[in-house]
Formats: sequence, structure tokens, C-alpha cells
Amino acid sequence: MTVYDALVAPFLEFAFMRRALVACLALALGCGPVGVLLVLRRMSLVGDAMSHAVLPGAAIGFLAAGLSLWAMSAGGFLAGLTVAVLAGLVSRATVQREDASFAAFYLISLAAGVLIVSLKGSNVDLMHVLFGTILAVDDAGLLLVAAIATVTLPALALLYRPLVVECFDPGFLRAVGGPGALGHLVFMVLVVLNLVGGFQALGTLMAVGLMMLPAAAARFWAERVWTLAAVAVAVAFGSGWGGLLLSYHLDLPSGPSIILVAGAVYLLSMAVGPVGSLRVRWFPGRHLEA
Amino acid sequence: MTALLRFDDLTLGYRRHPAVHHLSGAVREGSLTAVVGPNGAGKSTLLKAIVGTLKPLEGRIALDGIDRRDIAYLPQQAEVDRSFPIGVLDTVLLGHWRRVGVFGGIGRRRHEEALAALAAVGLAGFERRPIGALSAGQFQRVLFARMLLQDARLILLDEPFTAIDARTTADLLAVVRRWHGERRTVVAVLHDLEQVRAHFPETLLLAREPVAWGPSAEALGPANLLRARAMAEAWDDDAPACRRPPRSAA
Repeated sequence: MTVYDALVAPFLEFAFMRRALVACLALALGCGPVGVLLVLRRMSLVGDAMSHAVLPGAAIGFLAAGLSLWAMSAGGFLAGLTVAVLAGLVSRATVQREDASFAAFYLISLAAGVLIVSLKGSNVDLMHVLFGTILAVDDAGLLLVAAIATVTLPALALLYRPLVVECFDPGFLRAVGGPGALGHLVFMVLVVLNLVGGFQALGTLMAVGLMMLPAAAARFWAERVWTLAAVAVAVAFGSGWGGLLLSYHLDLPSGPSIILVAGAVYLLSMAVGPVGSLRVRWFPGRHLEA
Repeated sequence: MTALLRFDDLTLGYRRHPAVHHLSGAVREGSLTAVVGPNGAGKSTLLKAIVGTLKPLEGRIALDGIDRRDIAYLPQQAEVDRSFPIGVLDTVLLGHWRRVGVFGGIGRRRHEEALAALAAVGLAGFERRPIGALSAGQFQRVLFARMLLQDARLILLDEPFTAIDARTTADLLAVVRRWHGERRTVVAVLHDLEQVRAHFPETLLLAREPVAWGPSAEALGPANLLRARAMAEAWDDDAPACRRPPRSAA
């Protein structure tokens, strides 16, 4: 098998592989920068919570309209947003911190989702919602992920300054009267949107992987917010490409393959990346003069 | 000699327990005031109330002719994430926020102002460093450079020189004197009494109750200091409601 056969031919030969690759590109463009900001806001696990929170909405959409992409996506989006808003409100109105209120609401949401699916659907359907099918992405699915990426990037560009300052120095942003709360709200909407985009391709449980793993890996390669985002997009797309090939050649399910490739990139980055990795810590080189 | 900031029978506290008790008085425009007192005396609480993050339990704070956004505030422990991937220059440029906001461009003039501010705090040539690579003193210099750009009329500093070495303190005190020379109003919480006597013409000595407020040499006289020390940090769970009658705002 030549390099060409291994890395390129499957995409030229099969339309479903090309669609999946394009879907990965769109997901990478949206999820990369969103994931970087989540990590910088120390909200890595909130992404995970949100991905579970999406489930009951998707399940209700599934019950109402069958395997309809739009119904499940709209339901998932509403459920995710509801959890985000409720958790935010509880943390502002009571003494509880946002991480605890997030955990409470996403667990309620997840349990409700599993209950709804098991009441009506078969286990095959549940597997479908949980683990997605990027190899079966159709035109509508491609349009959805592309539309989400198209909304995400300009929205992040417009809100870039307050979003970055709010992670870096929230007290300063409050003191100068910057739009911290508005930025946070729009950002949570973008998180939910991108998870909904990811879940039809990768499943609710895997969608967050393409958001967090590339962002976590990027921290070992870059030292500015925008370079982190660029590295995260590259890692996410590369993982999509590699994961699709892995699943094609070895006949493995595509979603977990993509996430495991991203996981491998993360472990590699942690070991040998140029910024703060194990290599830099263990073999820093001889110290400098000044 | 107009008052920029006036306290009218101000009581501040947490869960109804007072941390600043019945403070009245005014900060003149262009004055340079030190706030001195033992730990728990309500110094930081007072600054928080001035910037508006803490609501008074009683009485009020009047800002005369200035907006809350004309205030630059350096908290004791800034909520800054020092590991954040941002450079020194970008941090200083944030001082332009009031003029550039969310969408405004920086442009060459503001860029040069930021470089000048960095030079003024002794950090010329540091603009490309990530803030994670700075020492505590260097980072404090960066925050002062950012305040230089903020062009604020009222500057509040909460223990700006704690854990800062002598040379950095001297350089940053020069910045404070420059603000004073520009007729900006500066209120700083400090602990070093020699420093206060040498550089700050006025002092508010606070021990929950205001002990003295006036020229530093008098306010920091031995009798006043003794009184301030005697007012112990008291938090009585069963304290009765304060019965001092609220004065009508003068």
C-alpha cells in the first residue's frame, strides 16, 4: 500500500469519506477556538457537562420527528441552552458556584434524556444518539455544521476582546464597564451550538472531545490566544482526517477513532511540545547567561 | 478645593457586621491620601465601596462630578490569571479600554503611549514578554503602566507595595508623585508609616471607626496610633443593632 493509497485514495474514491472530511473541517473551525476559550476560562469540564445536557432535547426531537436532523438539533440546542442559563442563574442568585450548579442540572438533564430514549426508542437508536454517525453525514448535516462554523468564527471575532479580558482579568473588565455578562452569554450559546454540530456527527458523548482535546494539546505549542486557536483548529482537523483513515482501513467506528487520534495528539504534545511539556521540564537544556 | 469624593455617615460591612463604622469626610480633588490602620480595620472594604462592588449598609458615598469609570482601582489581590497566554504590551494596552472599547482600533499613537508608559515604570524592552515570565515586582510595574494609560481622575491603590522590593517601590512611588503632580486624586492603602509620612501629605487612620483624618504628621501621632491599636478586631455574633442615630447627610 503506497502513502497515496493510505492517506488520500479513500477520500477520492468514496463520497461519504469526502463528506465526513468536510464535516470534520467545519467542526474543527468552530470547535477549536471555542475549546481554547473554554480551557482558558477553566471551564473544560463545563464543556463535558453541556454535551450531556444536550441529550434530552435531542431525544425529545427524536421522539417527535424520528431521526430528523433538524428536530434533534433544535431540541439539543434548547436543552443545552436551558441548562447553561439555569446553572448561571443559580450561581448568581445563591451561594453555589457555577461548577456545582452545572453538575446538578446536567445530571438531571442526562437522566431525563436516557429515560425518554428508553421509554420509546430501541437500544440501537440510543446508540445512534450517543455515538453519532459521521460516515452517514448527508447534505443537511453538512450544511448544519458549516452554518455553525460560519456563525461561530465572526461571533468570536466580534467578542474577542471582552472574552479574552474576562478570562484574564475579570475585575478589570468589571471596573471599566466592559460587556462581561453579554460576552459570557453569547459564548455559552456558541458552546452549545458547536456541541450540537458535533453531536450529529460524533454523538453527544464524543462531540466534546473534538472541542477539548485539541485545545488542551494546543497549550503545549503556543503562547498567545490566537495562536492557540490556530493550533487547536489544525489539531482538530488533523485528528478528523487521521481518525477517518483509521476507521476506514481498520474497519473501526469513526467517532471514537477520531477522538482517540485527538487523544494521541494530546499525549504526544504533552510529552514533546515546545511549551511547558514533559520534555521541556525534564530536559531544559543548559541554562542561559541572562 | 472641591471634594471629589464624600462619605456621609458611611457604614460598610458584611452580614450586617460593620467593617467601617460611621465614617464622614471628604477627599479633595488633587489630594494624595494614605489610608492606614491595623488588619481588619476596613481599609480594603472602603476602596471596594468606592468602586461600587460593595453596597453601604448605611450612609452614602458621593462621587462629585466623576463617573465610576473615571476611577482606576488596583486591588490588593488582583483576580489576574498570571498564567494566561498574553504579552506585556497587550496587558498595558487594556488601559485604553475607555477610549477603544470592544471594537476600537489601537493605532500608532496609542501604541506609542503604551510603550512610553512601560518606559515610565522601568520596563522598556519588555513589551513582547509573556506575563507568566515576570516577577511579582515586574508584574506590579505592568499594572501601574496600565493605570498610567487609564488616565483616571481618581486612583485607588490597595497595598500596592506589599511584597515589593525597595527599588520597585521607589520607582512606583515616583509614578504616584507624577499623578499627584498632574492633579489626579490618589487614595492608597499602606502599612509602612515612614513611607506615608515621607510621601503622602494626608492620612486617614482607620480602625473600623475613623480615628483621625488630616495632615499625616498629626494623624499618625502616637496618641492616635495607640487608639487605633486599642480598637480590637471585634466580631460579636450577638452584637445588638447599632443605636447611634443616623445623621442626616450634611
